[in-house]
Amino acid sequence: MGKLERIAARQDRSAGLGPTRRGFLLTAAGSAFLFGFARSAKAAPVFPQAAADLPEAGAFEPTLWCSIAPDGWVNINIIRAEMGQHIGTALARIIADEMEADWDKVRITYVDTDPKWGLMVTGGSWSVWMTWDQFRQAGAAARTVMVAEGAKLLGVAPAACVARNGHVIAGQRSIAYGDIVSRAHPTRSFTPEEMAKLPLKPASERRLIGKQVRALDIPAKTDGTAVYGIDAKLEGMVYARPKLPPTRYGAKVVSVDETEAKKVKGYIRHIVLEDPSGTVPGWVAVLASSYPAAIRATDALKVTWEAGPTAHVSEHDIIEHGRAQIANKEGGSCVFNDDGVDEAFAHAEKVVEHTYTCSSVLHYQLEPLNALARLHEGKWEVHCGNQWQSLFLPVIAKALGVPETDVVMRSYMLGGGFGRRLNGDYAVPAALISKALGGKPVKLIFTRSDDVQYDSIRSPSIQTVRAAMTKDGAFQGWQHHAAAGWPTRVMAAAFMEKGADGKPYDQFAIAGADHWYTVGPMRVRALDNDLADATFRPGWLRSVSSGWTPWAHESFLDEVAHDIGKDPVSLRLSLLISKGRNAGSAPDSVGGASRQAAVLKRLAEKCGYGRTDLPADTGIGIATTFGQERGMPTWTAGAARVRVDRRTGVVTCEKIWLVLDAGTVIDPDGATAQTEGGALWGLSMALFEGTEIENGNVRDRNLDTYTPLRIADVPDMDIEFLPSTEKPMGLGEPGVTTIAPAIGNAIFNAVGVRLRHLPIRPADVLAGLNKAG
Amino acid sequence: MITFKLNGRDVSIDVPEDTPLLWALRDDLDLTGTKFGCGVGQCGACTVLVGGRATRSCITPMSSIEGADITTIEGLDPQGQHPVQEAWKDIQVPQCGYCQSGQIMQAVSLLKDYPDPTDEEIDGVMGGSLCRCMTYVRIRKAIKKAAAALRAQTSGKETSHG
Repeated sequence: MGKLERIAARQDRSAGLGPTRRGFLLTAAGSAFLFGFARSAKAAPVFPQAAADLPEAGAFEPTLWCSIAPDGWVNINIIRAEMGQHIGTALARIIADEMEADWDKVRITYVDTDPKWGLMVTGGSWSVWMTWDQFRQAGAAARTVMVAEGAKLLGVAPAACVARNGHVIAGQRSIAYGDIVSRAHPTRSFTPEEMAKLPLKPASERRLIGKQVRALDIPAKTDGTAVYGIDAKLEGMVYARPKLPPTRYGAKVVSVDETEAKKVKGYIRHIVLEDPSGTVPGWVAVLASSYPAAIRATDALKVTWEAGPTAHVSEHDIIEHGRAQIANKEGGSCVFNDDGVDEAFAHAEKVVEHTYTCSSVLHYQLEPLNALARLHEGKWEVHCGNQWQSLFLPVIAKALGVPETDVVMRSYMLGGGFGRRLNGDYAVPAALISKALGGKPVKLIFTRSDDVQYDSIRSPSIQTVRAAMTKDGAFQGWQHHAAAGWPTRVMAAAFMEKGADGKPYDQFAIAGADHWYTVGPMRVRALDNDLADATFRPGWLRSVSSGWTPWAHESFLDEVAHDIGKDPVSLRLSLLISKGRNAGSAPDSVGGASRQAAVLKRLAEKCGYGRTDLPADTGIGIATTFGQERGMPTWTAGAARVRVDRRTGVVTCEKIWLVLDAGTVIDPDGATAQTEGGALWGLSMALFEGTEIENGNVRDRNLDTYTPLRIADVPDMDIEFLPSTEKPMGLGEPGVTTIAPAIGNAIFNAVGVRLRHLPIRPADVLAGLNKAG
Repeated sequence: MITFKLNGRDVSIDVPEDTPLLWALRDDLDLTGTKFGCGVGQCGACTVLVGGRATRSCITPMSSIEGADITTIEGLDPQGQHPVQEAWKDIQVPQCGYCQSGQIMQAVSLLKDYPDPTDEEIDGVMGGSLCRCMTYVRIRKAIKKAAAALRAQTSGKETSHG
């Protein structure tokens, strides 16, 4: 941190403010102060600069997670990425509630990487669920010390005191937390073991959790002062843009001709990257004194490559490869492989089988990939928004050929995550370019088409579901086979789970298929589509496989229901029984399948499922899931009402209903916002998005041909959370999961056409209508 | 040298004429509230007001803004309390927030043309502004709330002027 920045940070601290305009502080002379207006919020998120990581002078820090300053301000350290989920607010509410803090004196700090924080990852809808116990314990630790010290200062026994709203109160007398800190100078700290033994407040004593709150990160997102990775600046930095090779892997640079690039004013040089980590093979970086010059010079630079082996792979090739994998009884790994499944199918009176496919999907997070890197005071700094710092610090270190302890990632707001920034591959080339320049600061920005070509897409997938049934429609056995690219094998193999057969599998490429229905012995088999893995780097995309496995089994269940003449809601309810594997267990899935039945029942009432007074060519469809993961179930039921235009095949979604049981809801408005966004992602992926692999890359590169949902496409939405005091589950993704199958089922109810491919295109609907005559 | 008015002040900067306004604002003038999204004028994240009209700064060359009056998100209101910004906070619109500078500038422009916009008018004007977090339900609500606040302000002024 430079001298000027230190002074500014100190001034901000002494004023009780955080350096909220971090990007401006990083530049020596921010003219924003001339042309914009300096502002600050009362309670605000803070991005620290090195020294600011430390608690303020004289602050009491009972645990790593929070401190109380002599002026009464409570600081809470947030190790999760802020990407729109207002996660700092939700997590701070947990600590503040348990410590009985005054919410108006709570500040959150999004910290930089440091081994002391442990695993830094923001994804999987895990944040609240992972932090719930830890932060309540941290709050209890602070409260315990405040009560003990406050009681001493008041001259009473701790048992005679209560803690409320940042004060310790004994009868008519009280003392503020800040005064306790400044007068008693408490120093007690707690080990995790000691924290785990502290008594926690019962649900009935919660005063912040579950109550409405304004998100701390929002004001800065309405006046231009929020600082994202792309806004980071350092004195003396140069700009870079990548020149991407024709294939994701295996491309080699044959020759580079910079004749035309040199004619671009501001062009500095190009660098053929050497990457020991293997992240960016065949890359060339183009440097310039401004980003527009870097864009033009990159276009002008002529590079000849020898392409890798996937230069002609198509989406069709990948799907057909997966189809062959499913047809082969060998291979893959089984999540469930129950005794008796083969016998059930061998002796079934009837076997139903259908196959479902999904196209590639882009993240298109609105802030294009970027990273700023430099060597500073012996450490490699990477400035960028990122969702899984613990995964990519070692990769960056390997690329640079330095120990991991020599690399730090500085935290910024993310202009959208949706899983793209779990994969920190974009930070590697920035570090490599800086290294090639001797540690000089380099700002690497991808244009949108670069960002999309280099995306870690949601892999195309193919799934086959089979049911063994009796003549009168009772389930005797179930199989679900899914083939797709495996992001976790490619990027984080150590995190893969082990199947029933002991073989590792990517839980993020099968989760959702391991459902809570009682349908006889089950085989749920995950297959790694290695052609997909070789062609592109498969990614984790909002709701991962739970965004596409329900497309198969929730469509399939509807097909079976119609086939055997049962009501789709009643059929599902008859299968959601809290017994055996589906009984649930404490603390995460108390109640099991009966809680999924409860959300479905409530949904069916709300949407009037089965009503017969709908207009022509209009239908309501339903689907139900357990959110993201069997081990962290957010019980979810969704319905969609659609209208089908028989002339054009266009499907219009008129209304979405969602009922969720996520356990305790910490921040009700944030929970609703996440669910609204998730549901519309589900709708967008069902009707508006989707691309294809052509010649080894995605076909669509920008909004001219890739067409996510826009404001005019938004249906009415009715979202309800069932009240609960159970442990909180995740909410970032479950909103996505039911929408596509609910729409497919609604289309069938509207016009009798069954669709088995996502996205649903008007041409597919028309083809179905023509076939039906 | 290109001279124009930026958030009420006169500015002269020396950049190539074909530099998009977006990058001059972000990199030369340090006004990073205006965002880079698609680079082809189709997402709206880079929207600023040029002569009071919503304009995609990523496809606006500096050569075309000589003498123009430009307002960015930073200059919309001295305290960040323009009625549209207030409505955005009241309705808790932003999620990741990256598109919201552009959404707000587009909404300000919309409300000048349609002080009491219908849903169709909102769809028509805001359809060019992509929100990847899909905060659209709240954007619509906030626009209506801001419209009501602006109308109240206007009618208040009319009253006070007799």
